Amino acid sequence: MRNLLLLAILVPALAAGQGPLRVPATVDTLPNGLTLIIHEDHSVPIVTTNVWFHVGSGDEKPGRTGFAHLFEHLMFMGSQNAPYPQFDRLLEAAGANNNGSTTEDRTNYYEEGPSTALPLMIWLEADRMGWLLPTMDAPKVDLQRDVVKNERRQSYENQPYGLVYDYLPKLMYPAGHPYNWPVIGSMTDLSAASLEDVKDFFRRYYAPNNATLVVAGDVKPDDVRALVRRYFADIPRGPALERPAPAPFTVKDTAITLEDRVQLPRLFMNWHTVKGWHADDAALEIASYVLTGSRTSRLTQALVYAGELATGVQAYQDGKRLDGDFMLVATARPGKGLDTLRTVIDAELAKLAAEGPTARELEEAKNATEASFLRGIQQVSGKADRLNAYYYQTGNPDSFQADLDRYKAVTAADVQRVVKQYLRASRVMASVVPQGKLDLAAKKGVIQ
Amino acid sequence: MRPAALLLALAPVAAFGQQIDRTQVPALEKPPALKLPTLERASLPNGVTLQLVQQHELPLVQVTLVIAGGTKLDARQPGLASFTTRMLTEGAGTRDANALQGELAFLGAQLFASAASDAFTISLNVPKRTLGEALDLLGDVVLRPTFRAADVRRQRDLRLASILQRRDNANVLASLAFSQAVFPAGHPYHQPTDGDSASTASLDSATVRAFYAQTFVPERAKFIIVGDVTVPEMRGLLARRFESWPRGTTARTMAAVTARPVANSAVKIYLVDKPNAAQSVIYLGAPGAERLSPDYPALMVMNTILGGSFSSRLMSNLRETKGYTYGITSRFSWAPLAGPFVISSSVRTGVTDSALVEVFKEVKMLRDLPVDATELERAKAYVALGVPQRFETIGQIAAQLVDLGTFSLPLASLGDFVAKVNQVTAADVQRVARQYLPAETATLVVVGDIAKIRAGIEALKLGSISVLDVQQVAR
Repeated sequence: MRNLLLLAILVPALAAGQGPLRVPATVDTLPNGLTLIIHEDHSVPIVTTNVWFHVGSGDEKPGRTGFAHLFEHLMFMGSQNAPYPQFDRLLEAAGANNNGSTTEDRTNYYEEGPSTALPLMIWLEADRMGWLLPTMDAPKVDLQRDVVKNERRQSYENQPYGLVYDYLPKLMYPAGHPYNWPVIGSMTDLSAASLEDVKDFFRRYYAPNNATLVVAGDVKPDDVRALVRRYFADIPRGPALERPAPAPFTVKDTAITLEDRVQLPRLFMNWHTVKGWHADDAALEIASYVLTGSRTSRLTQALVYAGELATGVQAYQDGKRLDGDFMLVATARPGKGLDTLRTVIDAELAKLAAEGPTARELEEAKNATEASFLRGIQQVSGKADRLNAYYYQTGNPDSFQADLDRYKAVTAADVQRVVKQYLRASRVMASVVPQGKLDLAAKKGVIQ
Repeated sequence: MRPAALLLALAPVAAFGQQIDRTQVPALEKPPALKLPTLERASLPNGVTLQLVQQHELPLVQVTLVIAGGTKLDARQPGLASFTTRMLTEGAGTRDANALQGELAFLGAQLFASAASDAFTISLNVPKRTLGEALDLLGDVVLRPTFRAADVRRQRDLRLASILQRRDNANVLASLAFSQAVFPAGHPYHQPTDGDSASTASLDSATVRAFYAQTFVPERAKFIIVGDVTVPEMRGLLARRFESWPRGTTARTMAAVTARPVANSAVKIYLVDKPNAAQSVIYLGAPGAERLSPDYPALMVMNTILGGSFSSRLMSNLRETKGYTYGITSRFSWAPLAGPFVISSSVRTGVTDSALVEVFKEVKMLRDLPVDATELERAKAYVALGVPQRFETIGQIAAQLVDLGTFSLPLASLGDFVAKVNQVTAADVQRVARQYLPAETATLVVVGDIAKIRAGIEALKLGSISVLDVQQVAR
């Protein structure tokens, strides 16, 4: 995130009660390759724009990590016709706010405000897509490099348990894999970025043919099309990009222990799974719900309530564009060690692999996912981001129902199979323990 | 102003023909006037009132029960109000904690109960098709909580663990130290709403049950409903489930708060040690303003200029010019009693003193010099035009109604607020900056590596320095 003031993340989830769930959207492509997706929603007089540049930390090179996220920041630092600090100032003067975020696969930039602010939003987005480099100079890069380093300090170094996220990518993904380093990059790589590195990266990835623009809200589609053509049509196309699928690999069974200035030990368990929309992706998400999604879920019961061993436990399947992993995080209660937690987790996983979920567990997971799905599309900003995500993942922005159907179709046998196949395999375990309390760490253990 | 219609009519020609003039910032149409939701009112046979906003876009309903009271009722045992409220969802009616939560999850419902400083809030968010069954559960939770000893003990242990974890987080430590310094013992904001380990350790089911009986009374309750329902429908659904809520019980009285915030005669600095911390967390502020203060609109504008937006002075200076931080904000906490006003940031350890110099400089500049017209208009537009964005989701609409209700303000007051924001002048901004922004009498908390930051802070000669112990701050 560019800043901590705002956050809007949606969790995709499951099927609506009556009729197909739709967020109707049109798709246009400009001659220069820019894709425009429009969704009309007149319920509140506001509009949101949401640009996805299909570039993330996965496009970086070893030794030059953190670029995509650094760019998230640089894109607010002014362009030829809207020099710094006009981007924020003009939008705020129009009653709008803005932000951005970066993942392994993409960077998004979004604005939200009164519907009348749309021409301004479009003009600003076009100017920084087409005319960012003329004003890019070393002082700007140096300054945002410092800001990003501060962000890293705030989110990793000065965050309880934060440093573990530095280790996990390289333990989970082999060298050469695009997910082998954290999105924010390392302090060393951020220091190494030169102005030319930054400019090259921009020319390659921040072109109209590598971007999709969603406009959602209180707008007339024809007006939007005219406006977008007016401002974006003469931005030249960039190079064609390819993203080869990474080579298959197996995670090496690993257990590491980190000491941190924390009161309670925390266990991280990670398995290599599948990318988003893979046939097993939804089943793994349902499995995560059965394990930790509600108070009565299996691990929450075993660790937090019945066992009274942990203060909390969470699991999720993270299916990214090229690959995926499944993460489980549990924090021990005072006086409890992580190996006890590991033993209980392994026993519950073995049980789920042997028996599968009950019909009631499966239905609860689907109902909960459905409800959270409905909640997630109440705001135009949330819808806009989903439209962009779906377009990137499936080529069809209105894939809401298709996404729901993936979860609806999951059977108890599917859940049982994916638990057996992925969560009983080699894994990366990280124990974060209070300083000097190495004895509280989890042991590698043997998977039966 | 060039009308946008003209601009749009020209668009296709410009796009495929000659170059467009990109140096021109697009002219904007006048923003739409504020349109507020329609509020309907009714009451249940037992007198509990109901406010409802119909929202039929999605098959979702939010039912929020607000009961006046909140943490201001627990002065003798910090954390009791919030703990009791938390326990409502740990078993009710014939269901134990697991059955209750399992049932809610099965219905796709979310049920949260929390205590704010002036009210208890129990909110249910549910797909329309399971509304009836979910309301049965809400009825049990509000009227028939079980408070089983084993459940109380388990939740108490979990809360003790989370109180212990406050020591890990520099932001939490700064916030706790700041409140303890600015609000004296006996003031409702002195303690965290979740209490401390001593007040939590003694919680048991008898205490919780007694507190519940004296505070969760229908005389102080009202329902706020937003979503895919109508008044007759909702009235029927609620009457059936809440008609047995007994009136006329002895309710705990809400005594006036007599303790006053601490008035500093000079800057007071408190340092909390976090050896080897990569950053210092800074909390700088003073007692703020009451929500019902006539200065509220001017304060919102002033704060936007100081640290309430991306283009604010503090962000521009400390983040975008100096690179000291990832973010810096300033904010008032709005409540019936004046809450804290705080400027907060995490800054690189090595620039802690330099960052403080800049923060004080910005505060003084806003007090000493009038803001220019452009900056003022931008802040006013940002505050006034942001109001419709508070009304997108049923949860947001309900939250707005709950918030206004806390101050007995009608929904229409938001229209007045927008009008008043638009009338704020540079002189108003300067006046409220002088009145409310602390400089010579500020309280400053810094959580960081004292060995590395102390000398630099001392050299600034801002005021007296005390060192606070982590175990004492997060006790």
